[in-house]
Amino acid sequence: MTAPTVDSPPPPLRLPRRRGVELSLLVGAVLISVYGYAAVGLAHDDAVPPDVAGYGGGLGLLALLAHLAVRFRAPYADPLLLPIAVLLNGLGLVLIYRLDLETPSDTAAPTQLIWSTLGVALFIVVVVLLRDHRVLQRYAYLSVATALVLMIVPIFFPAVNGARIWIRVGGFSFQPGEFAKILLAVFFAAYLAANRNALAYSGRTVWKLQLPTGRVLGPIVAIWLLSVGVLVLERDLGTSLLFFGLFVILLYVATGRIGWIAVGLLLAAVGAFVVGSFEPHVHSRVQDWLDPFATIDAGRGPSQLAQSLFAFAEGGMLGTGLGLGHSILIGFAAKSDFILATAGEELGLAGLTAVFLLYALMVARGYRAGLALRDPFGQLLAVGLASILALQVFVIAGGVMGLIPLTGMAMPFLAQGGSSVVTNWIIVALLIRVSDQARTPRPGQPETGVIAPIVEDEQ
Amino acid sequence: MIRYIRRAAAFCLLLLLALLANAARVQVFEADELTANPANRRNTIARYDQPRGNILVHTGSGDATATVTGSTDTGEQLAWERTYLHGPLYAPVTGYASQTYGTTLIENAEDDILSGTSSLLAPLPLWNDLTRGRQPGGDVVTTVRDAVQRAAYEGLAGRKGAVAALEPSTGKILALVSSPSYDPERLSGTGAAVTDTWTRLNASESRPMLDRAIRQTYPPGSAFKIVTAAAALDAGVVDDPDEETDTPSPYVLPGTSTVLPNESSGCEKASLAEAIRVSCNTVMAHLGVEVGLDGMVEAAGDFGFNDDGLRIPSGVAKSNFDTEMSDDQLAQSSIGQFDTTATPLQMAMVAAAVANDGEIAQPHLVDRTTKHDGDTVSQTSTRSYRRAMSPSTAVQLRRMMVDVVENGTGTNAAIDGVTVGGKTGTAQNGVDNSGAPYAWFICWAQSEAAGRPEVAVAVVVEDAAADRADISGGGSAAPIARAVMEAALPRD
Repeated sequence: MTAPTVDSPPPPLRLPRRRGVELSLLVGAVLISVYGYAAVGLAHDDAVPPDVAGYGGGLGLLALLAHLAVRFRAPYADPLLLPIAVLLNGLGLVLIYRLDLETPSDTAAPTQLIWSTLGVALFIVVVVLLRDHRVLQRYAYLSVATALVLMIVPIFFPAVNGARIWIRVGGFSFQPGEFAKILLAVFFAAYLAANRNALAYSGRTVWKLQLPTGRVLGPIVAIWLLSVGVLVLERDLGTSLLFFGLFVILLYVATGRIGWIAVGLLLAAVGAFVVGSFEPHVHSRVQDWLDPFATIDAGRGPSQLAQSLFAFAEGGMLGTGLGLGHSILIGFAAKSDFILATAGEELGLAGLTAVFLLYALMVARGYRAGLALRDPFGQLLAVGLASILALQVFVIAGGVMGLIPLTGMAMPFLAQGGSSVVTNWIIVALLIRVSDQARTPRPGQPETGVIAPIVEDEQ
Repeated sequence: MIRYIRRAAAFCLLLLLALLANAARVQVFEADELTANPANRRNTIARYDQPRGNILVHTGSGDATATVTGSTDTGEQLAWERTYLHGPLYAPVTGYASQTYGTTLIENAEDDILSGTSSLLAPLPLWNDLTRGRQPGGDVVTTVRDAVQRAAYEGLAGRKGAVAALEPSTGKILALVSSPSYDPERLSGTGAAVTDTWTRLNASESRPMLDRAIRQTYPPGSAFKIVTAAAALDAGVVDDPDEETDTPSPYVLPGTSTVLPNESSGCEKASLAEAIRVSCNTVMAHLGVEVGLDGMVEAAGDFGFNDDGLRIPSGVAKSNFDTEMSDDQLAQSSIGQFDTTATPLQMAMVAAAVANDGEIAQPHLVDRTTKHDGDTVSQTSTRSYRRAMSPSTAVQLRRMMVDVVENGTGTNAAIDGVTVGGKTGTAQNGVDNSGAPYAWFICWAQSEAAGRPEVAVAVVVEDAAADRADISGGGSAAPIARAVMEAALPRD
């Protein structure tokens, strides 16, 4: 009878939180992992592993708990981040389990599952307890102090495979440098957010390059040099490369000065050349990279890199199928640094591309959160965390596939390594937090949930 | 700051694109090269991932066959290892299939059938290329007959030497024995036991891994006189083998003052038939010179000398007859000395040529190959290798060789009720004949009911331990040849 009046109040605002999308993607991620686990068993023993239900249920439970934490504590968070992390972690467990079958006396998958559980637990803790990422800004200097301590401590522990980056306590060992990544990213983001104008606009100009005052630049360069110096001392070149890249990217994003990148690259090139020429450990890796087959010609058998390339080549377009490759020939690092070779051999270029795209999506979602945030610290933190993932993937994947010299580093979520998997879960938790902040509708924003157009700032 | 975040994102995208391009490079464009790298163990692992096909020999008069090889699953990374059911007996036929040292002889020549990679085994053309897989290994049925092989092996009884036996009309190799031999199974796998065996076998002075039947050449000595006789008859230098020749005795080598001796008496002006029967050096050296270098080279070539391309399917060492010689060298070469050398298989072919009306059938060791389920993949048909002499020359030589066995130097080879033709040889060896001479016997046999000779045999014994006087083709080699012929002839 009565037509609705134009004056009636609008229906309650329903913002797209997309938690349902996240949940269904999580179900998919768990199912894919369980399928992979069963496929390995079928290929190897012609039978589905008896504990498939247990593993699948365990992974599913972890995913569900993480999802609930996000649903109630970060309802606007990006719905892709968590499913991608679960899928990569699940795939990593499958690959490690698959390699365990070749080395029955030395199994790594159960330990990795424990670490993954710890990682998810810390993920939940971070999502639940950290209500606003800006709190972290206050702890910038505590972060950097902790990071340096963590990095320096392993010097007092014996070297493992040539690198002093492990702390061994009882039967467990972990790499403190992994955790230092996050702390350093927090510090860089906080320091640069606070000082970016001074860095960009103050100081003298020397031949087109505007030098900031030493008072502003000094501390951060000192921190950076110290951390890289320590890592070189510990022969952890992958991480020093990562810190370098992180520093340059954040410095560029904060100041917009290409000149700094040029200077940074120049310094890095000189440093890399010097280290590559004189440090025997690095020198041999550069040699391997230049000619992966030199050891074969010399009659000493294929190097790890050559074995890795053989594995990738065997995979071809579609791969041999899970459980049907021979990447265990790579030797002792097959489950850690070289885990990607198993993916490449058994899943082929198709599977590898999918894995790369998963990482790329995760990185892109981090960057997107950075773009949507309003506070410079949050922007820099999001960019820093996403860049850590991107650089890690590039450095290790490029290394094991012969694109760049090999430096020891863990493929995020895939590789065997407790510290790495825990650290990456915390990174994802922080990205969830900043993406939640970025997507939470602000008062006065249009009802569509579309993020307000962003006004370009300086320049 | 937004602009710089976008640029940083673009940089990350570039990193990803570099990774993808590099992945495509390794996995697609360089994949074949990397897969083919010999240091890539995947080929080896796939190769030993299934049992190898078997090598079979004939066990009866009919088509009955039995395998002489097997495979065993070790459960190691290179899972299936080769086993050999009769150890050293068939080593000169099969060769070895070792995970450490590769393959030889039939194991090598028929490897793609045995390992299952041959496209002939695939259900459809190009199937293997498509699936990158392999079929179950196929079998190789040899022409070897178990009884003949055993007779030869037992006849040599561990003495250094070799035996080759052929079916003259078809070229089927009935036996190929080298002694002393070795057990190829001990080279099958990997590990210290295998490398130790390998080192020991290679260091052994008796060279057990040498396949003397096809890979070692010996001066053929008087056994070569059959070639010279065929050349003299075909060239018309001798019209009637029973007519006396104008050979002086002693015979002085042309252009030198060296006197060529005879072991036997009555060789002056002896006829060709008599010279064959009692093995006159002087007559045959003289005839060789009369035939001339070109004629002798051609005749030897017609028998297979100087052919370095003979495969059975394993490669056979080249038997040598020099193409440039002075007359005195030609004279010595005509009695199987100087630089003339022959493999035992080559000398069996000489006997087979006489037995088969002058025609040499292509010698071959593989009768047929089959799929895993027994379906024939390929069959070796009888082909002509060369015509060594005219049919009439062959008839005359057969009569002369029969005379050798009935009345001459080869009486030890005679078999009751069987027509046997033979020729002995005792080849001098070493500088100034310091080494022990080699005892040769080449022969053929034809049972009464048969229309043509059924077997041709060559035996060489290099027995350094024996008293030199005892070494003679008739004494050492002929009894072995007789046992081999008896084993090859059909039983009543």
